[in-house]
Amino acid sequence: MTDQGDRWTAEQVLDLAPDDASRKAGGRLGGAGPWLQIGGSASGSVWGLCKGSGSKPYRTVVDLTGPAYKCSCPSRKFPCKHALGLLLLWSAEGVGEPGEAPEWAAQWLADRAAKAARPPGGRTAPVDEEAARKRAERRAARVGAGVTELEQRLADLLRGGLAGQEQAGYAGWEETAARMVDAQAPGLAGRVRELGTIPSCGPGWPARMLEEAALLHLLDRAWLGVAGLPEELAATVRSRVGLPASGEGEAVRDRWLVLAQYDTVSPDGRLTTRRIWLRGSAGGRPALVLDFGPPGRPPGLALPVGLVLEAEMRFRPGSAGLRADLGERFAAAVPCAEVPAGVSTGAALEAYGAALREDPWLESWPVVLGPVVPIPGELGWQLADAEGTSALPVPLTGGGRSRGGLWQLAALSGGGPVTVFGECGHRGFTPLTAWQPGSTEPVALS
Amino acid sequence: MDKGDEGYGEWEELVATALLGTERRRGGGSPEALLDAAAVHAVRRRAGLRPAEAGPRPDPAPRDPRPAPPEAAGRRLAQLLAGRSGPVNGGGRRGSAPDLTELLPQWLAAAARHGYRSPAALVPALLDAARARTDLRPQALALAGTRGLWLARMNPDWRFALRGGSGGAGELPAVTDRAAVERLWQEGLFAERVALLGAVRAHEAAAAPRLLTTTWATERAEDRLMFLDSLRVGLSGDDEPFLEAALGDRSRNVRSTAAELLSALPTSALAGRMAERALACVGPEGVTPPAECDAGMLRDGVVKRPPAGRGERAWWLGQLVEAAPLSCWRERFGGLGPAEIVALPVAVGDGWTEELHAAWCRAAVRQRDAPWSRALLGPASAPPAAGPGTASLAERAKLLETLPHAERAEWVAEFIRAHGLSEAFQLLGVCVVPWAGALGRAVVDALDTARDAGSYPWSFSGVMGLAERCLDPAEASRLEALTTAAEDLPDAAPGAAAYWAEAFQRLVSTLRLRATMLAELTPA
Repeated sequence: MTDQGDRWTAEQVLDLAPDDASRKAGGRLGGAGPWLQIGGSASGSVWGLCKGSGSKPYRTVVDLTGPAYKCSCPSRKFPCKHALGLLLLWSAEGVGEPGEAPEWAAQWLADRAAKAARPPGGRTAPVDEEAARKRAERRAARVGAGVTELEQRLADLLRGGLAGQEQAGYAGWEETAARMVDAQAPGLAGRVRELGTIPSCGPGWPARMLEEAALLHLLDRAWLGVAGLPEELAATVRSRVGLPASGEGEAVRDRWLVLAQYDTVSPDGRLTTRRIWLRGSAGGRPALVLDFGPPGRPPGLALPVGLVLEAEMRFRPGSAGLRADLGERFAAAVPCAEVPAGVSTGAALEAYGAALREDPWLESWPVVLGPVVPIPGELGWQLADAEGTSALPVPLTGGGRSRGGLWQLAALSGGGPVTVFGECGHRGFTPLTAWQPGSTEPVALS
Repeated sequence: MDKGDEGYGEWEELVATALLGTERRRGGGSPEALLDAAAVHAVRRRAGLRPAEAGPRPDPAPRDPRPAPPEAAGRRLAQLLAGRSGPVNGGGRRGSAPDLTELLPQWLAAAARHGYRSPAALVPALLDAARARTDLRPQALALAGTRGLWLARMNPDWRFALRGGSGGAGELPAVTDRAAVERLWQEGLFAERVALLGAVRAHEAAAAPRLLTTTWATERAEDRLMFLDSLRVGLSGDDEPFLEAALGDRSRNVRSTAAELLSALPTSALAGRMAERALACVGPEGVTPPAECDAGMLRDGVVKRPPAGRGERAWWLGQLVEAAPLSCWRERFGGLGPAEIVALPVAVGDGWTEELHAAWCRAAVRQRDAPWSRALLGPASAPPAAGPGTASLAERAKLLETLPHAERAEWVAEFIRAHGLSEAFQLLGVCVVPWAGALGRAVVDALDTARDAGSYPWSFSGVMGLAERCLDPAEASRLEALTTAAEDLPDAAPGAAAYWAEAFQRLVSTLRLRATMLAELTPA
């Protein structure tokens, strides 16, 4: 895998950085200067010794199939700047002919290989089925109480009218959200918080608030009648309410193209959520892999945009079949050599609409759109079909992207057609990744 | 997305009821029923969304015929731009890793030599960099090219790109196409007009003033100033009549700039008039400053009121000598050369020497006169405070800039060998990058000496930083020997040896990085 053709790009490497500081620090280590004894193996690993300020150089190894990292430096960041620097060096110059790993790298690589070879699902802890069932029942009862309380709250809201909400302030909703957390329904708590922010969102807020309150009500009703729902929809309802997924989902092996990866931080700054969008090359099935990082720590999983990994994806039940967990991987990731085919703006909305049949609470659906022309505007941006007169509005904020990402998109297009991956929903299309004309290398819009 | 489906009227009803509250609205029904209806509506609306009508598409960006840089170089640029903002490691000690920020100007300069355009995705970051750092602006805008201007037209944050002087404006008409030139001159953006003026001047020097004259009376004062300023490069006798007319401009800044440009043309009538005045004041017999600032002097750009703390007559004298062609002094001093004239104890008793030498320095810089600069600089080994022309390092740096590259480097190397690094910073700044061999060796030797003297490396962080940017990458291997941490010398500050080793290590890795960077930019 250290073959010259299969190296990742510097962007793909930098996408792995846990934060900006690491990105910069790694960038500075991405030249030959501080490195000794660099090398790589044919099975997809690179290693090197990096001179630091101490007398002993740091020992850095990266398993490209993971990717997974090991470094003797004291940094708690993951990957550390040395691993990033080593990958950048490999990305820019390669590390020469494949060879044998030195002893200090070989042991770790061998451990990893052994772990990978072990069959999954080898957890043999005895499960007390009866106790688990009781726990689930207790939790369902608590959620049920929360749902009933929330229904009461929504009924009061509509009975008294939304008009007072602009003055009522957010505190009442925060309190309701806290009650939902107590009721072990974090999904409901999140929606309640959202609802509370709407009155301060500007013109048109009453319609938006009614819509969100109605969908929350729909979720409450669905929970109360969950026993009578078809299994897929019931699973959707449970996951929307915030219960952990139950049961094994369907496993799909494919070559998965990483279309986007971005982080969002919860309003209280305590949790970083990383969203990774993938799409099966053969089956065309979209997948959303989530990973979480506690305060000050980035999520552990990182998949650079544009890579293709041959792997098994285990889809969770419900939620329109989007949520998945990354299972066994069969080969090192390689860069994708082609631009995925895009669809028109109309087809993008149809795809979202169809997905709503399975999950009516779905905010958006992953779509590769194109060829489209970005139209910057002072009141709002649009993505217009290259042919015809149809366009999708672009929400001002969304995804992990700043406004800068939109200008990057405009710069790529130069007024001409481009292919764009993003989230298409009822607010419009949020672009996340774009391909510039004449290049197969994706650009993650930042 | 259209809201024109048939259920919309009903939705408006639901919102109106929700706003007022079911309690207060007649026939409002129960809140649950309202929520049920709204839920059906919301899901139906989302599922049935249609695309909106597209607004007017932007005009396509003009094609940029220049090649994109090789892939590795493009990635390097992305890295340099990403590392542009914010302190490194929280602003503490820098450790041994190179500082990428300072390499960006070099990358841009090298890319310009190769004639590359920016990778499209990096144009916004380039524009942001150009906005934040005016020193980067011309080169960043040149690299961003037509795509950059196209974007700048749509984003008010980047308006500066349209105003700025050069910067690879759009496609200019052929300078021989008089009608097209005329049209762009009348209707173009400021940047386009400046570029057009430059192209026209390069083709036919006398045509530029003609073009300027057509609209001069209606230009804004600041634009007039910028146009005048753009004549600075490639100034010639053909510009004189126009500049002479500008001496009567409404704006004082325009007048004084016109006077300054004319005085840089030694054959101009203004230079002749100034020479006449200066020669009347200064000669072998001594210095007699002008007694008054007459109308003629005022018209020729002499500023009447001195700044606080300076005498009127010395102030006028300085301006006359500064604007007089240096060639006029040889005859006045009986055929002596610049060095001999500078060495004359002119009117020491009256205390005018300093004033006179300072004016000659300004004249030498303005007229780019190497022999006079050489004379005013004196030998590099002379003590810094006792230079014949000037003790000010800033002025010496300007004088140095008029010397040929090799001589500049040799002079500064000699200066460093004689006086060390502490005062060399400004002088090093005007030497051509990469530093010539002798200069580089002088700097490295001086750093080595500073280490042996036991001081901390951050006393020299300015020069270290310059060295990272300016030393020839080929010096890296020679420096390697200095990167090993030696034992602290007995007199040294504690831990200094380790810090020096680290500083030299950073220097070496930066030089290596620069070598890689430049190699990446070379077309495959």
